[in-house]
Amino acid sequence: MSRPDETQAQGLRGAFAAGRFAVTAEIGPPRGTDAESVTRKAEILRGWVDAANVTDNQGANARLSSLAGSLLVQRAGVEPVMQLTCRDRNRIALQSDLLAAGALGVPNVLLLTGDHPRFGDHPEAKPVFDLDGVQLVWTARTLRDEGELISGKELTGRPSWLIGAVENPFAPPLDFRARRLAKKVAAGAEFVQTQYVFDFEVFERWMSGLRDLGITEHCKVIAGAGPIRSLRALEFMRTAVPGVHIPDEVVRRLRGVPGDRVADEGIELCVETVQRLATIPGVAGVHLMALGYERGVPDILRRAGVGPQEAAKAPKPSVRNRHHPMEGIGHAR
Amino acid sequence: MGSSEGKSEGGEWPRPVVPRIGARLSYALHRVLAANALYRRLGAWVERRRPVYRWFTGAERVIKEQLYGCRMCGQCALPDTGYTCPMTCPKQLRNGPCGGVGADGRCEVHPELVCVWVTAIERAEEAGHGADLDLLQRPVDHREWGRSSWVNYWQGRDEGLGVAPGGDSPRSLVRRELGLSPR
Repeated sequence: MSRPDETQAQGLRGAFAAGRFAVTAEIGPPRGTDAESVTRKAEILRGWVDAANVTDNQGANARLSSLAGSLLVQRAGVEPVMQLTCRDRNRIALQSDLLAAGALGVPNVLLLTGDHPRFGDHPEAKPVFDLDGVQLVWTARTLRDEGELISGKELTGRPSWLIGAVENPFAPPLDFRARRLAKKVAAGAEFVQTQYVFDFEVFERWMSGLRDLGITEHCKVIAGAGPIRSLRALEFMRTAVPGVHIPDEVVRRLRGVPGDRVADEGIELCVETVQRLATIPGVAGVHLMALGYERGVPDILRRAGVGPQEAAKAPKPSVRNRHHPMEGIGHAR
Repeated sequence: MGSSEGKSEGGEWPRPVVPRIGARLSYALHRVLAANALYRRLGAWVERRRPVYRWFTGAERVIKEQLYGCRMCGQCALPDTGYTCPMTCPKQLRNGPCGGVGADGRCEVHPELVCVWVTAIERAEEAGHGADLDLLQRPVDHREWGRSSWVNYWQGRDEGLGVAPGGDSPRSLVRRELGLSPR
């Protein structure tokens, strides 16, 4: 690929193709029809990220659908990554939504098993789990590359989205986690986003497992990160979010500063995390999960020196990037 | 049926079960029950007679429920999972543990119990069958619930339930003999 194409390459696919460190963030659709809230978040992120995940009833809480959210995000000028979980749909509905995403031009899908309804606002709901995360990835690849449904019936027109998956390197059994991702890659995953990285020792061991299995050659690894901005958020992440592991040194660091400095310290820790992740061989990008703090994402990315905005600094920045409406916000502290 | 123990919390969501029989012994039993012409004929004979089939399936249910917490999905994954039933996972995951396993190896839905996949991986590795865990397990055929997986296995219907991930040429998910041709 020639150089000009590389610098202009847009979105996640473009970042991967150009070998640029990719940046994704997360947008949670509203509990209601407030489309404006999605647009607002997308506008904050526009130009700063390669793509933004749109969550699918996150934490098993009923929200506006990830497909509708993805379209709103796309309309606001940000490339969406449509999340799709196995929790609420059987294989017919899953395939149907995947085809819908393909028809409407959603460029990326992120396929996961999903949180159990137990954790959400409708714990009495029927957990579906007709497919698991690996099988859903396999299904997507079958739709796209073979042009067939699981039933073997032929499609009229194939989707072209990039297929993503998730993995949690920090959940036991740790030794199996690289192999679990290997299964998803064998099933068709082209990129993976991870749970929050706080524990570098475990993360680096997982990465070396992936390199040994040759996974990083077939699948782009986008490492998860995010700011912890209060001790209450720290406690919540430690105890209430399944699968997040926060080592003692991080807890000590955040508890060790005066109360009014916790937010700054958490953001600084996040910036350092992003920078450190960028140095690990095989890490192709970072996924910023900012828990309702989208306005702070540009600042974190600028300080960490990653993302399309930073990459565009040397060559000509696009008009869109230069006049970023929220430039500088969150930089006050 | 009799899987009433410990159902107090979590209602009817599946609950991880630690098998009451070792993995090695299970693999040995499997060799005794391995498909052959005799069993295939027996299976076909059983299937043709409704009362016999019902009795046979009932016996299978009791045995496997006692030993493995079997839920009678009718397409047994036990040989690929260190003889630990993945259908006792609250999410019924057949391809490995979810990302919500606690730092102590506990199930996220039933924190008082060990994740069934933590148990499965331990048992498979200990018995020297760790490589089975890398197989891609196909989606469950929900028409088979309550049917005899032994008969299905002897009839060769379980072949290809788990597929070896195929290097450069990805394996097809489509099972042409399923879905398009109801039994």
